[in-house]
Amino acid sequence: MNEIVLLLAAAIASGTPLVLAGLGLLVNEKAGVVNLGAEGMMLIAAVAGFATAFGTGSEMLALGAGALAGATAAAVFGLLVIGLNANQYAAGLALSLFGGGFSAFVGIGYVGRKLGDPAASLTGSIGHWLADLPVIGPLLFGQHPIVWLSLALTAAVAWLLYRTRAGLVLRAIGESPESAHALGYPVRLIRFAAVVTGGALCGVAGACLSVVYAPMWVEGLVAGRGWIALALTTFATWRPGRVLLGAWLFGGVTLLQFHLQAQGVAIASQLLAMLPYLATIVVLALISRNPAWIRANMPASLGRPFHAD
Amino acid sequence: MSEPTAARPGSPTPRLQLEGITRHYPGVKANDGIDLHVAAGEIHAVLGENGAGKSTLMKIIHGSVRPDAGTVRWDGEPVQLASPAMAQALGISMVYQHFSLFETLSVAENVWLGLPRGETLASVARRIEAMGASYDLAVDPGSPVHALSVGERQRVEIIRALLGAPRLLILDEPTSVLAPQAIDGLFATLRRLAAEGCSILYVSHKLDEIRALCDRCTVLRAGRVTGEVVPARETPASLSQLMIGTEPPPLTRTNVAPGQVALSVHALSMQGETVHGTPLEQVSLQVRTGEILGIAGVSGNGQQALLAALSGERTVDRTGDRAAIRLFDHPVGRLGPRERRRLGLHFVPEERLGRGAVPALGLDRNTLLTRDEGVGRGGCLRPDAMRALAQRLIERFGVRAEGPASAARSLSGGNLQKFIVGREIDAAPRVLVVAQPTWGVDVGAAALIRAELLALRERGAALLVVSEDLDELLTLCDRLQVIARGRLSPSLPIADASPARIGEWMSGLWPQAVMADAAAGAVPAAR
Repeated sequence: MNEIVLLLAAAIASGTPLVLAGLGLLVNEKAGVVNLGAEGMMLIAAVAGFATAFGTGSEMLALGAGALAGATAAAVFGLLVIGLNANQYAAGLALSLFGGGFSAFVGIGYVGRKLGDPAASLTGSIGHWLADLPVIGPLLFGQHPIVWLSLALTAAVAWLLYRTRAGLVLRAIGESPESAHALGYPVRLIRFAAVVTGGALCGVAGACLSVVYAPMWVEGLVAGRGWIALALTTFATWRPGRVLLGAWLFGGVTLLQFHLQAQGVAIASQLLAMLPYLATIVVLALISRNPAWIRANMPASLGRPFHAD
Repeated sequence: MSEPTAARPGSPTPRLQLEGITRHYPGVKANDGIDLHVAAGEIHAVLGENGAGKSTLMKIIHGSVRPDAGTVRWDGEPVQLASPAMAQALGISMVYQHFSLFETLSVAENVWLGLPRGETLASVARRIEAMGASYDLAVDPGSPVHALSVGERQRVEIIRALLGAPRLLILDEPTSVLAPQAIDGLFATLRRLAAEGCSILYVSHKLDEIRALCDRCTVLRAGRVTGEVVPARETPASLSQLMIGTEPPPLTRTNVAPGQVALSVHALSMQGETVHGTPLEQVSLQVRTGEILGIAGVSGNGQQALLAALSGERTVDRTGDRAAIRLFDHPVGRLGPRERRRLGLHFVPEERLGRGAVPALGLDRNTLLTRDEGVGRGGCLRPDAMRALAQRLIERFGVRAEGPASAARSLSGGNLQKFIVGREIDAAPRVLVVAQPTWGVDVGAAALIRAELLALRERGAALLVVSEDLDELLTLCDRLQVIARGRLSPSLPIADASPARIGEWMSGLWPQAVMADAAAGAVPAAR
């Protein structure tokens, strides 16, 4: 029983970076821009965050540095695709490749280093008496503050998108930038803001991986989570709640396969390592089969550049 | 605006004054030195065929296109309309011909986006309902736009423009999809708005409406003003002369004795196109060879489901009777569009771009959608055959296009419609189902399309025309049925179909006794 609770708590913790990145990309895509550079932005932010944590010892500063790095990378992407109408897919792929190379280069000196405080892992850092409560203790109160942040953010994004006029404008721009322009909304500016916001959240997710979750630096530390976050937003039919559940599912299966490896199950570890990616995609593809849902939620202008007449 | 003198047309300072407006596009002068004056409280018509430059001119007034030369004055002051937001700030509102609604958002959300800040969504929804009730523009504020028909979308556009309390309202072909009573209602609304001091620019090619509604009329042809007249003092012939230079020949219809039953639908029920779409309830109809059956009705009353069921886009499900739809002697309820086409049923959909034609592909490639001439052995394309077919259609139906390779979206609405209708007529169908044959099409093209439909009937084909343009149905059809709330009225010979009667039936009020007779008559096998 207790083991299951701990496992669930750990699943939530390990899914949290995906929640952050997925929500960022969701905001991004709801404005009609696809940023395939998620992996690259997360890697750049991860190394920036790690370097900051290594230098200052402050986790908060490190997450902030990650957000800044992600936002900067996204701003460059935004200038290319929104300012210069470059192809979004090509520019995104380029950003991913660039991020991989750049982070590896900058991070050479940090390879294999660990952050000093091993207690700064995702679980058990509040260290509060509440964390000792049965079941909900580890699930809720034993979590790192970033888990709380991700929960609050999910609610905030859902509220913003579906309950406020600002969110409506964002969705309208993702739906038909031409019509939004005709109504007098600054399409390019809002798209740019959404791209930078998406980048910042991907950045926090990247820094969270290297500073809180790992907490160490190796080349390619993000290990495809940027791509999973992209798939997650799509298969979650751009609904914040589903992004959250999908991310936790990914986290859960990741832990499960570690568990199975540790138990010495007679399956090749490479196959087990595939499991979280496979399971997440399969489950999300199954729940997003409803075409009416996709039609109602998919930003119709996704990936299309906007030319003012 | 409150001064009584300001509300009279021709008062010293026009609300809107255009001088020498010129706008080039590559290869064309869309607007060439256009002058236009609209007084406060005036209903001013802009008359012209498609391609005459009306749309460009309206976009310039609405700030989404900037002129190359010329001045725009607003209340006498020169203004630079650099963006739609600036035009809106001056009080210029526009109802677009190509709708600018957001598909996935609800009606209320769409309207809300067009209003200034500071109002809640709930209050916007209430205002939409109130406005819908008072102006005969009923639409459900909560329903998503993608579930609405063309006519309903136009209502949303009009409501959105009206809620902004405009000082100049631009309407682009607003009546094409309204029922006769609703047109009267709309005109009453527009007259009331004008009396309140709002100026109205009414873009149309419908001469009767312009003569009934508008104070003055500026006529455009090929980007130039060909006349500024008082429409009430003109005849349709003289207006049409200004607009196209010549008058289209009147339609001639010969008497053809109807032959065997070609297409019949018996007690068909079907779910709506979407959750919000109108379902079909016990729909029955028959079309014989050599006759045209018209389906009248206000959009959103089940036309979409009926057309999908007839074309084969949606088939009768396993619980239904596949013989509910018969094509000659074949039960076709479960056959798709391709199989039905092989049996001789061709279909012209309402949406030209995206359904009737692939926008980015050339006309030659677009023949492939319903024709097999361009497909060779083993599924290889035969470019020469496609080009030849497209060229033949261009010549036979007078499609104005650069050539067979022109992209479908580069054609004007009327020309593309001539091509699509032509593509189906050229296939010599035994049954042709046509939706909105001349929606948004100019007078010349509309006359040609209608004449071709009549000619097809004379060659012995069975035609079913679904249209929201009652005048069109009355000139084309032998019989009419009215669709209302997913049910179909009994059939009415065209001689008995007065607009008043059809209008009454459009609200679902047809005599039940007649219906029982018709239901019995609709089942020849039962006799």
